[in-house]
Amino acid sequence: MSNKRVYFGLLLLLSVVVPFVGLAHGAGSQDRSKIYPVGKLKPVDSHTRLKVGDKAPDFTLPSIEGDKVALGQYQGKKNVVISFVPAAWTPVCSGQWPGYNIAKDMFEKNNATLLGITEDNIPTLYAWTQEMGGVWFPVLSDFWPHGKVAKEYGVLRNNGTSERAIFVIDKKGLIRYIDVHDINERPRLEVLIKELEKLPK
Amino acid sequence: MQRWNACNSGTTNRLGCGSKNPEGSLFLNYYYGFPVRTFLRRACIPLLMALLTFIGPHVRVLECSAATEPPPEGGVLPEVKLPAPGSSADRDYLGLNGKGFFSIPEIKAEVVIVEIFSMYCPYCQKEAPNVNKLFQTIQKRSDLKNKVKIIGIGAGNTEYEVNLFRDRYKIPFPLFPDPDYSIHQILGEVRTPYFIAVQINRDGSHKVIYSQLSSFGDPEDFLKLLLKRSGIKGGA
Repeated sequence: MSNKRVYFGLLLLLSVVVPFVGLAHGAGSQDRSKIYPVGKLKPVDSHTRLKVGDKAPDFTLPSIEGDKVALGQYQGKKNVVISFVPAAWTPVCSGQWPGYNIAKDMFEKNNATLLGITEDNIPTLYAWTQEMGGVWFPVLSDFWPHGKVAKEYGVLRNNGTSERAIFVIDKKGLIRYIDVHDINERPRLEVLIKELEKLPK
Repeated sequence: MQRWNACNSGTTNRLGCGSKNPEGSLFLNYYYGFPVRTFLRRACIPLLMALLTFIGPHVRVLECSAATEPPPEGGVLPEVKLPAPGSSADRDYLGLNGKGFFSIPEIKAEVVIVEIFSMYCPYCQKEAPNVNKLFQTIQKRSDLKNKVKIIGIGAGNTEYEVNLFRDRYKIPFPLFPDPDYSIHQILGEVRTPYFIAVQINRDGSHKVIYSQLSSFGDPEDFLKLLLKRSGIKGGA
């Protein structure tokens, strides 16, 4: 093959491939109609000082059921998974808790409960979870004082939403697992369940 | 551009632009004394390898990105390669012999219904019993059960997540994980649940006869619609 042909082939390859590279990076896969397009966000926009083995900061927050839920009420009784999600009605969040919703028995099998927390207000959270068909776990609002609990856990982002973060807390109230996840991606369920399986029941 | 000792026409090529290029070239030979041609000749393969290394992780995405819309009714299904199920019952159901990859038109059926779902999607969860009902409706018809088959593809779901969905809703037809959304992208990044029905002809060709978002409604009516569109009469 002549050099000319080799160069021409290389040029052709570049002309075909290069325009698609940017497209690949920008490829999305979420609902494109009624859901607000949040775009690609900074993966993590906070820094938690909490680490595995620390005592989990206690809190009391209002739930969509109208009552108040405190982390401390589970101490000595159940392991607790706290799932912070950034915001109601956004693509990845709307496809995270419904998955936990059908995994209830996996939480129960590991003597664990789940607390879902966002920085949205109660009416918003109520409407959002109703749209999901309801959820079995307490959904708590960290709306006011805004982001107080998220800040204590070091997962409050600069725009007032929280990270997509998971904290696993054992019956003694100690943190056993922290996943401050890339906000653009959904954490894998199996990773969380494996962490629960490590805990004393 | 006059600085570039480039040859871009047949005439100048024949004239041999660049003193070291008796045969002519599409490329410049020297730029301000820099031996471009020699550099390209020596760096060509390393450059190409570096480029392929960079784009390698995206190659599947690049292939997938071609579809920006769902497969249209009347059109063909984009090439989707699925791994043969581990379960022999599922392989028998699909009429697959080997354990490698297969494409949807290779399924032994006259119509294949493909559900794109996600375990995390509440609408898919709600629809799951209805899809099971469709499966049972087909299976009860001895004249149809070998002609109309159903598969599900879990968009963004790992095998673990797909298995959980299968267990939770006791789904009797084969489900396939699509953890990196690569199949989802090939199929136009549809919202879920999305249903595509493909008619497979005896000559191996195929045609999309249904392509719609959300519940198909009553299973009996949906089956009738597919039979009408495919021309399947039933019977052995």
